[in-house]
Amino acid sequence: MFYYDFMRRSFIMGIIIAMIAPTVGYFLVLRRQSVIGDTLSHVALSGAAFGMITNTYPVYTAIIFAIIAAFGIEGLRRKYENYAELSLSIVLSAGVGLASVLLSLGNTQGILSYLFGSLSLVNTDEIILVIGLGVVILITVFILYKKLFYMAFDEESAYLAGVPVKSLNLFFSVLVAVTVAISMRIVGVLLISSLMVLPVAASLIIANSFKSGLMYSILFGVISVVIGLIASYYLDLASGGAIVLTALILLIVTIIIHSKKK
Amino acid sequence: MKEKIVNIKNMSFSYGSNKVLDDVSLSIEKGDFVGIIGANGSAKSTLLKLMVGLLKADSGTVELFGKPIESFNEFKRIGYLSQTAREFNNMFPATVEEVIAANLYANEVLRGRFRRKNHKRIDEVLKTVEMDGFKKRKIGNLSGGQKQRVFIARALVNNPEILFMDEPLVGVDLESQNKFYNLLDKLNREYNITLVMVSHDIGVISQKVNRVFCLANGKVYEHDLKINRNISLDIMYGENMNMLYHQH
Ligand SMILES: Nc1ncnc2c1ncn2[C@@H]1O[C@H](COP(=O)(O)OP(=O)(O)O)[C@@H](O)[C@H]1O
Ligand SMILES: [Mg+2]
Repeated sequence: MFYYDFMRRSFIMGIIIAMIAPTVGYFLVLRRQSVIGDTLSHVALSGAAFGMITNTYPVYTAIIFAIIAAFGIEGLRRKYENYAELSLSIVLSAGVGLASVLLSLGNTQGILSYLFGSLSLVNTDEIILVIGLGVVILITVFILYKKLFYMAFDEESAYLAGVPVKSLNLFFSVLVAVTVAISMRIVGVLLISSLMVLPVAASLIIANSFKSGLMYSILFGVISVVIGLIASYYLDLASGGAIVLTALILLIVTIIIHSKKK
Repeated sequence: MKEKIVNIKNMSFSYGSNKVLDDVSLSIEKGDFVGIIGANGSAKSTLLKLMVGLLKADSGTVELFGKPIESFNEFKRIGYLSQTAREFNNMFPATVEEVIAANLYANEVLRGRFRRKNHKRIDEVLKTVEMDGFKKRKIGNLSGGQKQRVFIARALVNNPEILFMDEPLVGVDLESQNKFYNLLDKLNREYNITLVMVSHDIGVISQKVNRVFCLANGKVYEHDLKINRNISLDIMYGENMNMLYHQH
């Protein structure tokens, strides 16, 4: 299967995404914010549609739209302090509404591959972009690891220990936005948040420390993507679906093995 | 006169239109062991959060170590144990060591350095709270009393000069409670750490502390322990109390 250039490219991209999506998702899940992935991915879809209509590279416009949405969520969160999840619903509506209007406007036939993910049409520019941003995200999380951990565990205490909670929150939303936008290509808008959540869900069952939890999340993510991509190639399945179903099976197996051990 | 660590003057605070603290003034001095008591909803937690700067007063001033709370940034000098600290999900993957280390590294710009020194410090505080041997354990698997001691250890790891605790003994069994009070005694006497503890167990706390503040109807009253160590329930409602720092 690696005979084909596009397969090699999607594999490299897939593995990068398999590492960043669960990494970012790990912190989101532990902060009970996993819905953010869903919200931002729908906005990213409208960004991609906008790119198609204006003949701009859709991943770029998706990144920009998602980052704007991330700031929007933070801004709204302050307005609706006691109804924080409302800010997510508002931005989600904006994303879906905008996407459907944009899609009806012009030539957006390629959009299906952004919905469910696709292996073809991954060009070299894209791969460089994904690798570049992916590495930046991983390094950033590595550097901020202890502070992000503290914020996930207990935000109030983190603030009182001197962690710049507000700016880190905003910065982290940008990381999520970028992750979503670059993952969209292979996993698809509808399934990105699954790749952010399912490997983490499996890891939480077996992890005893924060570090091991992160490692297991990444490991489950990579296994899901590798198996999913191979299956999608040989069985001619949508890549995103194959990846997410693999992640789901891994989760179920983990639950079963773990409860048998008890 | 002793150093005033906390100094609150004419402070009021409301949640929306609900005024929960009304023109409150009080001060806490170095070496004090202060108990804050009051009925449920009497704004004990709110007062504590105002003292550490998690909430901002609507009017009046709050000073920590002589600095206005708005510009206070010497976070290592204070330890805070919130009422909700133990409400994290038990599934949260974190070891005792990771939780305590978080406080050590919070101030460092990049990832933490000086690892050996920090490891030693973590061992030290775990010993102080008699939790040595639990370093690698998952915090969600510990009992209520054990968790609470881990959080005390976390609060102590930076050698704070004052420790704020919000109902640290809720859900902790009696034997652990006694241990906990012994620990506080040691921190107060040996390490000279100023202690501020919110509690609704009036009976016990009045035997342990050297000052008691009672909250009722948005006001703070100080109970004179020299006159009577047995605080009865009626003070909760502001009877038989002398107003603290009368403002008129
Ligand atoms: N975040 C909040 N928003 C609105 N009202 C609040 C909030 N937190 C507390 N309150 C109200 O303020 C009052 C004091 O609360 P609190 O300080 O938690 O009391 P205590 O700790 O003494 O039980 C209560 O009436 C409570 O309902
Ligand atoms: Mg309270």
